[in-house]
Amino acid sequence: MSQAPKEDGLTLDGLTKVLGGRVIIDNLNLVVKKGEMVSLLGPSGCGKTTTLRMIAGFLIPDKGDIYLDGKDVTTLGPEKRPSAMVFQNYALWPHMTVFNNVAYPLKVRKLAKPEIERRVHEALSLVNLMHHKDSRPGQISGGEQQRVALARALVQEPDILLLDEPLSNLDAKLRVKVREDIRDLQRRLGITTVIVTHDQDEALSISDRIAVMNSGRIEQFSTPQELYDRPETEYVANFIGSLNHIQGGYSQGQIVPGSEVVGIRPEDVIFSTTQELGSYPTTVELVVPRGHFCEVYLKRADVELRAFISSNVPAAGSIGFARISKALIYKDGKLVRVA
Amino acid sequence: MARKEKVRVKTSSTAVRMSLVVFMLVMAFFILGPLIWLGVHAFVTNWTYPNLTPDGWTWHWWTKVFADSALEEAIRNSLIISPIVVLLSMIICLPAAYAAGRMNYPGRKTFLIVMFAANSFPKIGLFASIATLYYALNLMGTVVGVIIIQLLGTIIFMTWIPAAAFASVPRNLEEAARDAGASKFRVFRTITLRMAMPGILVAIVMSFLASFDEAQGTYLVGAPTLFTMPTEMYSLVQNYPIQVAAVFSLLLAFPSVLLIGLARKHIVGGQLAEGFQIK
Ligand SMILES: Nc1ncnc2c1ncn2[C@@H]1O[C@H](COP(=O)(O)OP(=O)(O)O)[C@@H](O)[C@H]1O
Ligand SMILES: [Mg+2]
Repeated sequence: MSQAPKEDGLTLDGLTKVLGGRVIIDNLNLVVKKGEMVSLLGPSGCGKTTTLRMIAGFLIPDKGDIYLDGKDVTTLGPEKRPSAMVFQNYALWPHMTVFNNVAYPLKVRKLAKPEIERRVHEALSLVNLMHHKDSRPGQISGGEQQRVALARALVQEPDILLLDEPLSNLDAKLRVKVREDIRDLQRRLGITTVIVTHDQDEALSISDRIAVMNSGRIEQFSTPQELYDRPETEYVANFIGSLNHIQGGYSQGQIVPGSEVVGIRPEDVIFSTTQELGSYPTTVELVVPRGHFCEVYLKRADVELRAFISSNVPAAGSIGFARISKALIYKDGKLVRVA
Repeated sequence: MARKEKVRVKTSSTAVRMSLVVFMLVMAFFILGPLIWLGVHAFVTNWTYPNLTPDGWTWHWWTKVFADSALEEAIRNSLIISPIVVLLSMIICLPAAYAAGRMNYPGRKTFLIVMFAANSFPKIGLFASIATLYYALNLMGTVVGVIIIQLLGTIIFMTWIPAAAFASVPRNLEEAARDAGASKFRVFRTITLRMAMPGILVAIVMSFLASFDEAQGTYLVGAPTLFTMPTEMYSLVQNYPIQVAAVFSLLLAFPSVLLIGLARKHIVGGQLAEGFQIK
């Protein structure tokens, strides 16, 4: 693409970044629509933060361009970009009160005092922190600090909101609540958002679309549902959800000799005590309770399978029938067929 | 059983606490004893062995000190020279400290080590060689000469402490400010410098005291024309009764106590305590 895109939103066009002599980001392309919430999902070290820092302007790509609402911002410094970032460890200024932390971006923009006051109050109310406006960051909890960081970003009314693992420093329970709060705010404000995470649950539950990253490239960019139903590569299939991973071929509900990889979701393994079309005799080897469902290890003549079963869980050692309702078949890591 | 155990722990901690108190008292005696002795002597007419109490109390020695023009001049010299030394030291050292603490360049560590090594070199030898240079440059007995000599003693404080303070400002606090729209200079002023301020304040106090108390080099360069408070002490001890020296010592200690008192509020109460615990 040699011409700036016409669409609003964020366009990353062929980004490449070399750091410490290694190619960290490798010809990365991504288009985030206006008002959309997109996750960059991938294991630690795959280049998520590096990508986000290029969008924010802390790093200049070695190759490629970044467009925001049709404007080329590739080489603009972070202070000149209409983006606002929430840092992984919040990066609140310890010597300022919560109010002053949130007011800082507005003071920098030289807004009038009453205007600053009004907007800071608005932002703090949005994240329910008015009662802490005179506290110091060191005096409030991690979850509250996170919300201050969010308020500091939102008060800037940025064209794009960038979040780097915003929930990773919170405990499990709070994480679920805060991610819902963030999603809710994002929807309400209609703000274009890129959120970095290594947690698939998080990505699946709050994103409009997810970009799954693998060593500096995007493996697949689609909706959570698509990603789950039709993982285009073996890598994505393994990363999203759980998978039975079988070397061989697949024919008529059975594993046959072959040179492909058959991926079967444990929830696509159907167990029953009566024989149905396509089901085969099975022994139940092991049952592991996993809360609201059980992980059941099944053994058929052709294959051993893990199944997730939530009702009528069979006992270990019992006999029944298992059917594979859906299989993903990969060749050389790429999806060739869904059966 | 559990109860017995608890009691034993308690007695042992009481014993530890008692011995700590005793230790503190002994330390206090050694540290404060001479100071109290000084404080008392500044106000007594006469107090000699074997008398258990002074002969009487007087302000006489204080008026004597303030009446003596040489003493007054020494006080004035000290109060003029030391602030200048601190200011110059800041102008020279703080940029270097920032560079050493914040930027990555070859020779950064070497620079800090050399600063340290130069300071641990026996001062009197250094001063002697400087003196020969001073004769050649006509700096002997001049204010400039004394300022330069005193500057040398402050450099270590003005580089090491602020360098550590600058280095400990988390980078992403600066990035967050850039992201919020602040220019590089504004980030430096409102975030970096502001957060390094406690360290810089400590360095200012230490440098001021180093300059204010510097006697060896100042005497070598300044005497017999230029005296500061510490160097004036040399002649004082020889020419006056002990009580005048006591008065002068208290005067000498006054700015130090004042400075530490002022800085304490900023250092212990404020930013040092909460500012540096950011991840
Ligand atoms: N300044 C740098 N110099 C050299 N290597 C770097 C630098 N920054 C990041 N990297 C490397 O780039 C890779 C991706 O880093 P990062 O984007 O932080 O990954 P993620 O956020 O996905 O965990 C890592 O292997 C990391 O070691
Ligand atoms: Mg990261």
